[in-house]
Amino acid sequence: MKKIIGFIFIIVITFSGCKAELNCCENIKTVNVTLNFTHNWDGVPVTSSDFKIFKFINKNGESISIERLRYVVSNINIGDLNNNYQLINVGDNTGLEIEFNQVPSGNQQLKFTFGFSDTDNTDGIYQDLNSVNFNVPEMLGGGYHYMQFDGKYLDTNNQESGFNYHAIRAVDRTDPNNLKFEDTSFEVDLGAIDLKENTTIEINVNLAEWFKNPNTWNLNQLNTVLMPNFEAQKLMSANGKSVFSLGKVGS
Amino acid sequence: MRKKYLFLCTLLLLMNCASKEDEMYSPVPYKLEIPTLFANKLIAPIIPVDNPLTKEGVALGKKLFFDKILSGNDAQSCASCHQPQNAFSDNQQFSLGIDKKLGTRNAMPLFNLAWNFDELFNWDGKEFSLENQAFEPVTNPIEMHENWINVVQKLENHPEYPALFLQAFGSSNIDSTLVTKAIAQFERTLISGNSKFDKYLLGEATLTTEEENGFNIFMDEAKGDCFHCHGSNNNPLWTDNKFHNNGLDTNFTDLGLGAVTGDPNDNGKFKSPSIRNLAYTAPYMHDGRFATLEEVINHYSEGLQRSSTIDPLMKKVNQGGVGLSPKEKADLKAFLLTLSDPSFLNNPSFKE
Repeated sequence: MKKIIGFIFIIVITFSGCKAELNCCENIKTVNVTLNFTHNWDGVPVTSSDFKIFKFINKNGESISIERLRYVVSNINIGDLNNNYQLINVGDNTGLEIEFNQVPSGNQQLKFTFGFSDTDNTDGIYQDLNSVNFNVPEMLGGGYHYMQFDGKYLDTNNQESGFNYHAIRAVDRTDPNNLKFEDTSFEVDLGAIDLKENTTIEINVNLAEWFKNPNTWNLNQLNTVLMPNFEAQKLMSANGKSVFSLGKVGS
Repeated sequence: MRKKYLFLCTLLLLMNCASKEDEMYSPVPYKLEIPTLFANKLIAPIIPVDNPLTKEGVALGKKLFFDKILSGNDAQSCASCHQPQNAFSDNQQFSLGIDKKLGTRNAMPLFNLAWNFDELFNWDGKEFSLENQAFEPVTNPIEMHENWINVVQKLENHPEYPALFLQAFGSSNIDSTLVTKAIAQFERTLISGNSKFDKYLLGEATLTTEEENGFNIFMDEAKGDCFHCHGSNNNPLWTDNKFHNNGLDTNFTDLGLGAVTGDPNDNGKFKSPSIRNLAYTAPYMHDGRFATLEEVINHYSEGLQRSSTIDPLMKKVNQGGVGLSPKEKADLKAFLLTLSDPSFLNNPSFKE
């Protein structure tokens, strides 16, 4: 009898152990993923070697050269992983890639914020961005630039003039003692992507869209001192929403 | 038997020598005194892994910096053109070399160099790293006009230097690399972060109305718009350490960065200097063309010259500049002077 009870005890323990193991330790495969920001002007690739040359024409017909282009993407989500923020400096060829390790494989959502949403846009807290002068003056609410896009255009007199297409959180300074803000950062949702080992995801950045859609940008009217321009900031934000798109996905 | 004895003696002698060198080489790590604002606002300073700061290295660097032994006629030191009382610049438009020849650029002030994150030094960014920068003036014929073979010989024959090099680097075999490493170590300790404006940001001082107005002009994109290149309350370096054409000339006699990169689109670009300690660093600009701060402010207000490489951050070029009123100019100057740091000039650690 004792032998039978002992046998049953062993069988129960053994099987219950198997069941528990099946439930607790399901093997989730993870992969490494790289986001690669590439830039173009209506499909023509743009790199730092294309800077400082009049070689682009915006929708309004103005000839443009790019002198400086750097912007922040933040709250970068892929699957359940999150990267806080990254400064992308096209002129210096830095920050163009973002690597994620141990992302769950399979279909995962990719999205990020252009600039900083208000909750992340606290004045002076990011040492790396302070160190490269990416701050917004306190009189405009502080925090950080979303983008610094500097260049030149040929004005109506065919003369070279500068533009500073600087995107920040929009601020209405009609009453300097009562600033009104509008969060002009925006989310870019690139949808679900099937992730395999060492997947590289290209994010296309069409710079022409900043001047095109839905607002045709007239550089003769809106060129410099745009940071304190509440309406200009809202126009930039609207145009930015068509700048980013999903490119090639490969491994 | 004799051979064995000789071998044993030699071994003992070698062991003895090694232990003496070891005894002499026990450098003490040097801890930079990083100002609170720098620690709070900036990323860590650049200290090369192959040249960590040590007390012995910094002390040796200081001695070399102030020693005329590095020049061809033993009449000039680094400090001859980089004087502590001028925030390690001098008050000349161009400095005189040992052969009484004038340089072609204004001596740059030296402070907060470890926070030059791109590590490009000189007005034109020609030198990468502080160590490399220190090589050139020694042999430059219009500066110290010496050659490194002589320098090394003089240092090796000096009653103190061999021991100091041994203490700093574990070797009494002096060479130019060790000389420049030591000087770079000393230069990294030259930190200026104790001006009235620093104290204001730390809640330890108050600004006058004029100084506060001046700061607002500095930070206002529609007024001075100085902050895009020259830092802010969040960047206590007060420079971006980048290269810009700030509209000084229509045609360039000095190509600046363009001569280094070979790219004509870089012609006329020079490094933005820090605006700390302007009270002590006149004259201004890469060629020392402006004797006073008033002249500098007037340049940005109404003196801009158009050229193909002028920075797009230079606004209203057609009108000559941002067009500040006399009151705005005076207030801006008042603010700029709040960045003076007399404690930096008087720091005994930085004096001969």
